[in-house]
Amino acid sequence: MTAETTAGPVLVLLDHTAEGVLRTPVRELLTLARTLAGESGVEGAWAGELPAAAIDDLGRLGVRRVHRLVTDADPHLTAVLAEAVEQARSAVGAPLVLLVSSFENKEVAARLAVTTGAGVVTDADALVVEGGQVVAGKTVFAGTWTTRCAVTAPVAVVTVKPNTVTAADAETASSPEVVEHTVAASGRARRVALVERTERAGSGRPDLGSAHVVVVGGRGTNGDFSAVEELADVLGGAVGATRVATDEGWIGHDAQIGQTGVTIAPRLYVGAGVSGAVHHRGGMQASGTIVAVNSDADAPIFEIADLGIVGDLFTVLPQAVAELRRLQG
Amino acid sequence: MRIVVCVKHVPDIQSDRTLGADGRTVRDGGDGTLNELDENALEAALTLVEAHGGEVVALTVGPDDAVDAVRKGLQMGAEQAVHVVDEQIAGSDVLGTATVLAAAVRHIAAQGPVDLVVTGMAGLDGLTSVLPTALAELLDLPALLLAREVDIDGTTVTIRRDLDHASEVLRAELPALLSVTDQANEARYPNFKGIMAARKKPVTTLTLADLGVDPATVGSVGARTQVLEAAARPPREDRVLITDDGTAGVRLAAYLVEHKLV
Repeated sequence: MTAETTAGPVLVLLDHTAEGVLRTPVRELLTLARTLAGESGVEGAWAGELPAAAIDDLGRLGVRRVHRLVTDADPHLTAVLAEAVEQARSAVGAPLVLLVSSFENKEVAARLAVTTGAGVVTDADALVVEGGQVVAGKTVFAGTWTTRCAVTAPVAVVTVKPNTVTAADAETASSPEVVEHTVAASGRARRVALVERTERAGSGRPDLGSAHVVVVGGRGTNGDFSAVEELADVLGGAVGATRVATDEGWIGHDAQIGQTGVTIAPRLYVGAGVSGAVHHRGGMQASGTIVAVNSDADAPIFEIADLGIVGDLFTVLPQAVAELRRLQG
Repeated sequence: MRIVVCVKHVPDIQSDRTLGADGRTVRDGGDGTLNELDENALEAALTLVEAHGGEVVALTVGPDDAVDAVRKGLQMGAEQAVHVVDEQIAGSDVLGTATVLAAAVRHIAAQGPVDLVVTGMAGLDGLTSVLPTALAELLDLPALLLAREVDIDGTTVTIRRDLDHASEVLRAELPALLSVTDQANEARYPNFKGIMAARKKPVTTLTLADLGVDPATVGSVGARTQVLEAAARPPREDRVLITDDGTAGVRLAAYLVEHKLV
């Protein structure tokens, strides 16, 4: 690793649950950050209570220092969080800030870019340093085009999509130093009030946005998601849905895959009774392997499926589940 | 209440969308359209004005064709439109675009106070979704983003939004910036009367000089990111299409095992 292929210190925003458990996509991001930081090391920014177990976890992932952000306003407000992250970034002198792609993190990234003059790239699905410059890969136009985009400003802020790399512990674990930053939120950041925040209860299945396997039900399920759920469970995957299925009320809107819902790029996507409308494809076309089961041989999803099965999902899926259970013993 | 709605002219999502060798969207085809998600922004603004009085100004930045986007806004019910067009804007990154939009909103505000700036949740071409935040920051406005419900009571605006792991209710005092999702409403179709009326509504065309924007801060010159390469994704290889003969489920399981996906 030389200065040409490493960025210097990299600051990663550490998304965690209300209980202080690191979220899966951050583990991937820290794995990626280690390759970009080189000798300089990875720094983490953590808002809220920091349990000892989380510090050990961050050590296994090779984090050199954890910057604990103690804010006098709710850090769920993205303007408050952006100011706190900037305080840690400038203390470290990090030329690169990485965040997991989520709606709120993109707000944080945009604010950082405006206030610091940084260049911002969102939803990157690849990231390298070339000739001292941060270069991000990104798919556009519903996953039909790939671009490579260099940040030409001295500071780069990049949000990275889940499943971009496989999470792995560092070769040598570290014992992260914890640095506390007391952050007074500005009057500007306080202009938005968080009246209410309701954490969504987990389904027991992996998070849709970061799952390695996603099984999606569409119009063809006619509202019966049992076959979809069974296949998801045998594959250890998440359950998603098309806009039609959520609009019909068959499943919550938070399960909607598509350009205006959750964008996914799992290793395996299985669409059951999904026609593959352009808005849906925009949210899943970057998936690794695409399997589609649909009774309509003309469904557009077959144009992009690695394995397409023209058939009834209510016979094909249960048979696949039985066979997978048999193989798993 | 005076509301500025920022709309964008994008290549039609149903058409073959293309990037040029310079990484910019090819916008010379005849397939451009109003960004679908901006229709929800216009609808939200028109609904608010219908309830609270006032007017909607549709604003766009882009080449000559982009005027079609604000025309659609006028047909839906906006009172006037502003189109910023200048060759020096070409190649702007999202922050450059936000800089131009911010200057245009200030220009509109100079003729009468602006209470609310509304945008769609994202552009369906680049899907950056960074623009609303950057615009709010540049205009020094509180940002209430991704609203699926909007409520204005006096000078207080309250929104409800759904994030990946939580739902939130956010509140701020006007003036403010708002972005709405496609869940927020069902956008109206312009009727014949609206289409006829739109022909008489004013469209103001402005340049960077009119707005007092330094060309060095926008366009490819001012961009902090640069597209190095752009390529259409190659089609997937070795695709298999089978018709269920009674064994498709077993074959699906075998495929997943063979490709190490279980």
